[in-house]
Amino acid sequence: MTGFVDTIAREPKSLVGRIAKDAIITGIIVFILGSQLVGIETIDDPQGLRFETRYLDVLAAVLIVAGGRAGLHLLRAAIAWPVLIGSVVFSAIAIGSTFNEGWQLLPFSNPIVDWIFAMAGVFLAIRSVVVLIRGRAPAGKPTSTMDMISAQTQRFSPYAALAMIGFALLLPVLFPERRVVDMGILVLTYCMLGWGLNVVVGLAGLLDLGYVAFYAVGAYSYALFAHYFDWSFWACLPLAGAMAAFFGLILGFPVLRLRGDYLAIVTLGFGEMIRVILINWWWFTGGPDGIRDIPRPTFFGLAFEKTAAEGVATFHSVFGPILDIEFEPLHRIIYLYYIILLLSMIVCAFTLRLRRLPIGRAWEALREDETACRALGINPRNTKLTAFAIGAMIGGFGGAFFATRQGFISPESFTFIESAVILAIVVLGGLGSQLGVVLAAAILIGLPEIFRELADFRMLAFGAGMVLIMIWRPRGFLAHRDPTVLLHGKKAQRAGPRAMASEGAG
Amino acid sequence: MELFLQLLINGLTLGAIYGLIAIGYTMVYGIIGMINFAHGDIYMIGAFHAIITFLILGVLGISWVPLALLTMLIFSVILTAMYGWTVERIAYRPLRGSFRLAPLISAIGMSIFLQNYVQLLQGARNKPLQPMIKGGFVLSDETAYFTLQLGYLQIFIVAVTIVLMIVFTLVITRTALGRAQRACEQDQKMAALLGVNVDRTISITFVIGASLAAVAGLMVSLYYGVVDFFIGFLAGIKAFTAAVLGGIGSIPGAMLGGIAIGLIEAFWSGYFSVEYKDVAAFALLILVLIFRPTGLLGKPEIEKV
Amino acid sequence: MSAAVPAAAQAAERSEPAAQPAGRKLLTVEHLTMRFGGLLAIDDVSFEAYDRQITGIIGPNGAGKTTVFNCLTGFYKPTAGRLTVHHGDSRQFLERMEGFRIAKDARIARTFQNIRLFPAMSVLENLIVAQHNHLMRASGYSVFGILGLRRYRTAERAAIGKARYWLDKIGLVAQADVPAGSLPYGAQRRLEIARAMCIDPRLLCLDEPAAGLNPTESHELNQLLISIRDEQNIGVLLIEHDMSVVMRISDHIVVLDYGRKIADGSPETVRTDPNVIRAYLGEEEDKQLPDVVKRDLPEVTRE
Repeated sequence: MTGFVDTIAREPKSLVGRIAKDAIITGIIVFILGSQLVGIETIDDPQGLRFETRYLDVLAAVLIVAGGRAGLHLLRAAIAWPVLIGSVVFSAIAIGSTFNEGWQLLPFSNPIVDWIFAMAGVFLAIRSVVVLIRGRAPAGKPTSTMDMISAQTQRFSPYAALAMIGFALLLPVLFPERRVVDMGILVLTYCMLGWGLNVVVGLAGLLDLGYVAFYAVGAYSYALFAHYFDWSFWACLPLAGAMAAFFGLILGFPVLRLRGDYLAIVTLGFGEMIRVILINWWWFTGGPDGIRDIPRPTFFGLAFEKTAAEGVATFHSVFGPILDIEFEPLHRIIYLYYIILLLSMIVCAFTLRLRRLPIGRAWEALREDETACRALGINPRNTKLTAFAIGAMIGGFGGAFFATRQGFISPESFTFIESAVILAIVVLGGLGSQLGVVLAAAILIGLPEIFRELADFRMLAFGAGMVLIMIWRPRGFLAHRDPTVLLHGKKAQRAGPRAMASEGAG
Repeated sequence: MELFLQLLINGLTLGAIYGLIAIGYTMVYGIIGMINFAHGDIYMIGAFHAIITFLILGVLGISWVPLALLTMLIFSVILTAMYGWTVERIAYRPLRGSFRLAPLISAIGMSIFLQNYVQLLQGARNKPLQPMIKGGFVLSDETAYFTLQLGYLQIFIVAVTIVLMIVFTLVITRTALGRAQRACEQDQKMAALLGVNVDRTISITFVIGASLAAVAGLMVSLYYGVVDFFIGFLAGIKAFTAAVLGGIGSIPGAMLGGIAIGLIEAFWSGYFSVEYKDVAAFALLILVLIFRPTGLLGKPEIEKV
Repeated sequence: MSAAVPAAAQAAERSEPAAQPAGRKLLTVEHLTMRFGGLLAIDDVSFEAYDRQITGIIGPNGAGKTTVFNCLTGFYKPTAGRLTVHHGDSRQFLERMEGFRIAKDARIARTFQNIRLFPAMSVLENLIVAQHNHLMRASGYSVFGILGLRRYRTAERAAIGKARYWLDKIGLVAQADVPAGSLPYGAQRRLEIARAMCIDPRLLCLDEPAAGLNPTESHELNQLLISIRDEQNIGVLLIEHDMSVVMRISDHIVVLDYGRKIADGSPETVRTDPNVIRAYLGEEEDKQLPDVVKRDLPEVTRE
């Protein structure tokens, strides 16, 4: 018996043996993990719970994970042929599953997932081919390539920004369909929220998990002001921001002395508290039913309706003859799109400006080292509160816009998941990077909209993505930081630190 | 008076469950200084494992309650502990030297992943568990509308918790593993230099925490009779509050905090309102962190400059 | 406040400081006591520091030197004692001031034993951040800045100019736009000192600035500190272990041991003080070994 145990515990001599052993252990672990949750599916029944087995899925998971891991190890050891063959077969199965219903060998099969599996297999196959051609293992971590890409991206960011702004301005003209403009509105809203959270998390380094609370305050402020006082969207917008900023201060005070982890949990609790209060304070906030009939924004008093209320003219009645257009519901959507575009441009310019001001640098310094900040006479309390207040204000603007866009709000829209999504956008895009936020919003919000079939997997991918990004590039994709003030100007900076150091050294 | 006693009993039972989860938080925080955001979801996975084991036992025809419970306990603990171990290996170990926010963000990502993982695999609806331990002592039925009861299940839960606490405290104070753990808590680098296998100690910490959370998951499925993929979120926040209240890093503190939270929740629901009981827990967390951040049994941290 | 220029010039030539005639009294520490639970870290320490002087605080490890600094700069609240900063005719009591205000209002700057720069920010940005309070006022608490008003831009240019002056002094002008974390160790030390100077302090507290520096770098540090003392008209308080720095440039030295002050005077006085020697080197050699040790180590037994 001990001989058997010893044999198992002994490290195999050959590399292939070690890889095989590692793969077997991985497989066993995956099997254990999946034995119940994957292998058994609980099905709800009027009489209680019953279950069905899915052991093929467990087997597939074991093979994919263990095989993939072994494949990567083998490639690193420059043993490419088995990997190539295996990945080609795997991709073939995946592609086959896409086209042929009877071939469902992979877990969670639906066409998109099969394509993802196929792409993974192809990726592995390509790497194997590269190894075969080069005759040696692939180079080390691609971190340096990523660094270079992100630094270059920063360099081109003014051009990229111009291009993006141009595209954004023309979007409704290029694609005058409801679905596209709606998606544009959604992505822009999350961009704005991302920039707002970026101030708190990216610049000031305060991990706020309850950002959705300010979003909710903004939305409910507008809805309630409109409901009780009949004020218009444009009048309420600054008020919504002010209310949210006020709540930002309320949240900020208790958390001033808290470190990262505690701060995160308390802000999370705050977000949940707001939601619970919104659900239960029904006589004021409408409870779970929310608030309906929130007025839409008008264009200098002109409504975007087919037939407006008394005393109000409609947009198409005034501009119809001039622009030669009839009433279409799409016009209101396009108007909303330009509103959010305007708001997000303002927020973007505002936050960019703030970064170059003393307050922005103080935020970043606070993030780097709070103790040193105190030693320089910077008031950490006020600095943090300012970050919270400004971040919250931006969230409030977003919330007010959200309310007017939907016409109806309820506490269900303001769950922790929203905070998590916005956080994911900031984190994945690169803490502190404006452009990164845009890209992350486009990918995280845009892709699931385009590929509706992936909706179920969206949050799963978010979660996995956050873990992977932290492991691979903790500072996010575009996390290269350019200083906000330069002594020697941009040209010298582009020449590189080596040029500057050689000037100064010696 | 009867109401008070009933709430007391209910609160203690609930508190025991929170305490078991809180221990996991406090141990991990003690040894690597981070909040394992995904711990609440490990507890949820424990509950699911318990229920699935029960279903399997049903098909196998095993219905004798003590044996069934024992089997559910064993399987749930082993499988859930495996999840705890895997989460640490995948999401936390690679980030051990990284900047401060990285493990936390990774933990949040892991939490979201686990919730949706279970939701996708098992469906979003509630999963019921048939009551296995029924009945109890009727302590008083003198009041007109309400009988004061002490359920066998409640005794069972508290008893199991007490046993686990005793076993566990013995492990921490008497065994080599416990010493290694305390050493890692105080000075990881030095412990490593002295030959302590830090990686393994940390892994074992996660495994123990996950096991206790699995037990809590089993208890909650027995007690409430229904679980879903989202129970980890709320329970996690409350259990973390309990850990902070008791003094983060202190295991008896975690249990103490758990009982306190359980009692507060029971009494608040009974005397004030059920809807705002969660708000009470959050508000308490904020108050504790403002006024006594080291908690009841914790040690004050001196800032090193 | 007599003109000590001739003496200083001679001193610079000899590369040894003359005992600077003191400026005005800058800092008075009276009966400072700091207790951590049962541990008495500082026990009734009193001393004074003057304008245009470098005051060194030395002592064996664990003597409480950094604790004194932490009390002075608001990181610890002293258990007892009074810390007075003199400003003309007015006084400020440090033990009552909130941490950051000590830098902001009492204008006491400090550096840290383990360098605390802002590593991801550039060298220049580190120096600009130090001028935060001034720039905040000039930017109208950001309002003027957001509107892009001239007033703020002028102030920012002035701030950059000041930063450039200090970069020049520490020889880092070429690396101004490089992340501070990428500088070599000696440069980081100098940068930290320059950053502390950018807050326009009256008293500069340096916590082991020579730690980890080679002899050339230590010499450069000496020059820097002397020039700060002479040109900036401020007081310098200096914790150091490196005697080649302390003895050469201090005008006045305070020696701590086990939390108590055991000597206070000029470098020559302190160097020859028997208490100081005993604190650093231990008991005299002719003291008897304990019996237990004698028994086990007969060959070590002294006659």
